[in-house]
This record gives sequence, C-alpha cells and structure tokens, in this order.
Amino acid sequence: MAQQQKKTVFEPWEDPSEKPIIRFKNVTKRFGDFTAIDNLTLDIYRREFFALLGPSGCGKTTLMRMLAGFETPTSGSILLDDKDIAAVPPNKREVNMMFQSYALFPHLTVYDNIAFGLRRSSMPKADIPGRVEQMLRLTQLTQFAKRKPHQISGGQRQRVALARSLAKAPKLLLLDEPLGALDKKLRNETQFELMDIQEKTGTTFVIVTHDQEEAMTVASRVAVMDQGRIVQVATPDRIYETPNSVYVADFIGDVNLITGKAYPGTGEQVEIHWGEAQAPIRANTSKSLAAGAEVKFAIRPEKIGIASEPPQDAANVVQGKVLDIAYLGNISTYHVELPSGDVLKAQATNSRRISRRNITWDDTVWLFWTDTAGIVLTE
Amino acid sequence: MDLRRTFLIFVPFAWLLLLFLIPFGIVLKISLSDIALSIPPYTPQLDLSAGWSGIVEYFQALDLENYVFLTQDNLYFLAYMSSVQIAFISMVITLIVGYPIAYGMAKAPDHWRPTLMMLVILPFWTSFLIRVYAWMGILSQEGFLNQFLLWIGIIDTPLTILNTNWAVYIGIVYTYLPFMILPIYAALEKMDGSLMEAAEDLGCSQTSAFWLVTFPLSRPGVIAGCFLVFIPALGEVVIPSLLGGSQTLMIGKVLWEEFFSNRDWPVASAVAVILLLILVIPIVLFQRNEQKQREAGR
Repeated sequence: MAQQQKKTVFEPWEDPSEKPIIRFKNVTKRFGDFTAIDNLTLDIYRREFFALLGPSGCGKTTLMRMLAGFETPTSGSILLDDKDIAAVPPNKREVNMMFQSYALFPHLTVYDNIAFGLRRSSMPKADIPGRVEQMLRLTQLTQFAKRKPHQISGGQRQRVALARSLAKAPKLLLLDEPLGALDKKLRNETQFELMDIQEKTGTTFVIVTHDQEEAMTVASRVAVMDQGRIVQVATPDRIYETPNSVYVADFIGDVNLITGKAYPGTGEQVEIHWGEAQAPIRANTSKSLAAGAEVKFAIRPEKIGIASEPPQDAANVVQGKVLDIAYLGNISTYHVELPSGDVLKAQATNSRRISRRNITWDDTVWLFWTDTAGIVLTE
Repeated sequence: MDLRRTFLIFVPFAWLLLLFLIPFGIVLKISLSDIALSIPPYTPQLDLSAGWSGIVEYFQALDLENYVFLTQDNLYFLAYMSSVQIAFISMVITLIVGYPIAYGMAKAPDHWRPTLMMLVILPFWTSFLIRVYAWMGILSQEGFLNQFLLWIGIIDTPLTILNTNWAVYIGIVYTYLPFMILPIYAALEKMDGSLMEAAEDLGCSQTSAFWLVTFPLSRPGVIAGCFLVFIPALGEVVIPSLLGGSQTLMIGKVLWEEFFSNRDWPVASAVAVILLLILVIPIVLFQRNEQKQREAGR
C-alpha cells in the first residue's frame, strides 16, 4: 500500500534515501541587535515547490536573500547540493531569483532581458537565440519579444521576469512575492501557470509569500514562519487540517479557538471542559495530556454544522443565537453567540437560493460537529 | 476657461518677446549696421522725420559686411573653435569628476542625502564673481596652492597656473560641477536598487553590472548634465577674462573686447549672432533629450 502511494504522490521528504538540494543547518542571521533568522534548520528537496509563508518581518525574505547570496548567515551553514555556498557571490551561484518588483531592465527589450543572463554565462553565442525563443514560448511572450518593459502589461512583465530567471536553467529558482502586484483574478490564473511551468521545467522553486491562499495553491510544502523561526513545515492540507500550534491555526484560514481544560478518556479520546454550564467538548487527540491541562480547541468554521432543529447523534452540540450572517455568495458564515457569551463561526454552503434560507438573524440554532472535526492544541 | 488658458500662455510669450526676441532683434539690426563715431556708435539710425523715404534709406543701408569681415580675420574662427574645444574638454572633465560624486550621493544612506545635496548647492550662496576671484588667490604664483606645494616639498619653484588655460579649465569645472552632478544624481537616485541585484543574480560582476545597467539608465542625466555644462561654458566670459591669460582665446572674451575695448558694436553683434547660431544645435539636441525622457517616464 505504502509502496504504491510513493509512485503516485510526490513526497521526497518522506523518503530517507532522497537527498535534499538545500540544507539550512542552524542558520542564524542578525542585523545589529535584530535577529532576523534564529537558529533555523530546514531541508528542501529537488523538484519541490516550497513556500515560505509568514507575516511581514518574519524573516522569510531574509531567508530567500541568503539563498540568492545577497546576505550571508551570521552563523550556521547553507548547503546547495552538499556544498556550502556561504562564500559564493550571487553571480557565481546556480540560483536565480525573480524579484518582487520584477527588476526588469527598462532600457532593454523583452528579448534582451531574457538573454541577459545567458550572455553572461558560458553558453555558446549561437545557442542563445534558441534558448530565448524557448523561454518566450514557455511564457507565451513570443509576439512581445521586441517590446520594452514599459510597453507591456503587468501580467506580461511578471512572465518576462519569470522567463528571465528561468533562462539559465538554475538548480533553484527563488520567487519573492511573485504575484503581489497582480489583481486577484490574474493572480489566480498565474498561480496555475506557475505550477505548470514548474512541472514542465522540473526546477526546484522556493516562493516567498504572505498570502496563505497562494502558498496553499502552489506549494508542495509550506513552511510557516514567525519571528525568524519556522513554526511548522508540512503539506498544505496538513498545515490546514493539523496545525501544530495556535499560531499556525490562526494564520492559515479562519478558525474558532476555545480555551478549556483537557481530561483524557480511553484511547485517543479527550474531553475538554470549558465555560460554565456547557457540556464538555468531545474530541480526539494523539497527544498525551495530563488531566486538567490547559488546552485550546481549534475547529474550522466549515467543520461546524448549523441547524434550526436539535440534531440527532452528533458528538458535540451547542445551542446559540445567530448574531450575524456574512453572505459570500457560495458560502455563508454564521456568527453564533453561545449563552456563555462566546461567539462561534459556522460555515454552510448556499446550495439553496437565499430566499429559501431558513436561518436568519436572532434565530435560535444548534451547532454540531463530530469528535474528529477539531484539534487539540497545547501551544 | 479659454480666456484663462490664453492668458497663461500669453504671459511667458510676452516675457520671451520682451526680454529675448526684441533685444535679439536689436542685436541683429546692429550686426547689419556700420561702425560710426557717434552715440550710439553705429549707423544708420532710424530717422522717422524723413517719412517713408527715411525708412527705405534705413533698410538700404543695412548689409552683411560685418559677417564677411568675420570670415576674413581668422581670429574669430580660431576663437569659436577654441571655445568649442575648451567647453568640450571642460564638459568631459566635469563628467569624470561629477559622475562619481553623484553616484556616491545616490548610494549614501537616506538621512545623509539632504546634507550632501546641500553641500553641492552651497557654493551658489556666494557670488560667482567672488568665487572666481578666490580662485585667483588660490592659483596665483604666491597663492595658497603654490605655498602649500612648496611647503610639502613637491616643487621648488612656484607653478604658473593663473593666466593659463589650466586655470580656465579649473574655473569652468569648478563652476559648472553642480550642473553636472544634479541631473546625474536625479537619474541615479530614482533607479530601483533591485536592478543591480538582478544583474548580479544573472551573472554580472559588480563592475559589469554598472556598465550594463546603471550607466545606461543614468544616460539621460549624463546627457542633460553635459549640455548644461557645455552650453554656458561655450559663451563663458568672466572665467577666461579673470583666470585665463592673453593666449586664452574664447569667443566670449573676444565679444567683450569688441564691445568695450574696440567699441565696434556692429562686429561684436555679428559675433554674438553667430555664437547664438552655434548654440542652437546643442540646445535643440538638449530639448529633444528632455522630451524623450519625459515620454519614456510616462
């Protein structure tokens, strides 16, 4: 079973025989008193689409600039293919970067921008036009080859930047907020294009972003960062479904957090006592908890059902009053106030037309979820 | 609305008409006149009391004699050529000195830039004439420069710098340096720093990144700076008069001497008209450069 899965699913990080292309070993970076990266250890594998996600100032850009060679670690080492690259200047690294501002050379045409790196490389002069044409085709820019950067649209500029950074076939491509300057619709399209190009070229991509949706869409693995540390590294679904901390749960998507005291039952079962006169929440966890330990129970709004009648045989049921309804078209988020004063968010898809919706403001409703819907967090 | 717009355009046009076109017309007229021992020292004078025939006579007396004279005495040709040469060499030296200063200013930390800018502009707070006289004090035989060089023992006898072309170059480069620095600084300062990083990332050394990216992008500033130095340096009169020697030949100086020493207003005017015609070429090129830059910036 496990064997079969390996063939279809790309998970080099699960395979002990696979060697990482990038290794950060206890890397620390300080700027004066400020610690941008704090004793960080991380492996990135060949052909991965790796996302560094975090709020601004979390150190993700510093991490990327160290890979590009614009910053050197204060201590620790960075290995690219088992070679320490700390002393290698940016122009000698087999790493290319796509800049947030795109940094296209305004005095050169699209063609010359893409050819720029090739002309500085050891590639024979005769091979350069072929390679540039290939990049132009890959990014669908062939008819814009003779234009200058200020004569094309933002989306096209983004593709020129991508083509230029891919032209030298780097071992590693760094993307610094590559879609930040595009509007939402174009961004969504471009995300899929990026994934497509990454798959076609087989290059290892490291993307820096503060947009969790973007990271979830494109990445094979996501590293969530906070204050120079990596909080969690996992596939997008695991980051979302099993965050390891309140920070990750809160940063990725929407979440309800309930503070309570855990009382383990048999096996993985646990009861969480919270609020006055509330039935304990029944949940599952693999963590071994001391009786009475303070925990947070995290549950995503879409995992909470909402009903106007008391539901039968649900593991957890609470009664409340609808405080607010956020109508988002495809889904609605119900803000439900419990008798204790806590507010829980529940989401339901709007499979019926709005006129036939049977829950409205100030209605008494019942929220329910199964014992495996939420997760118990201790940090 | 339309009236306001007409008014807005009218004001600068009236200004130009009054302070440029009319004086130029007068100079042009004088250049076509003949020298005379009178006040003013040229003929013909317009005599309106003679009526129509007076006006006809007046125009008939105008001729191109003075321009023909300019071609006969090669002093003028040599003076024009020498001016172009001095202005061009000064421009090149100013560029070589000014570019690194502008580059250093653009790379300096943000909080330093206003101070550095101030230092570049500061000399303008003193009269230009006083600063040129100060250079006479520095460059003369017993001036500060020679005293200093003698004191540290590099030279045994004082150097003759004042009243040579060297002094003229020093004076022009010193005076016009800010006009070179400021446009180059403006071009470098708005350049996106990530462009240099991108060039390095794509395999350039820092030196080649400079020549392939930074310098081409600062070219509009360089061109503007060169014109801003070349154009006024070509007609410069104070610096060659005060710092230059008898062998320093510049058209501005010749013009001055024709006017005030020879009192030959018609020839002096002809010299001025030709100088203007020579300057029209670089001025038009300068305007075109500015225009192109504005279009690219859009």
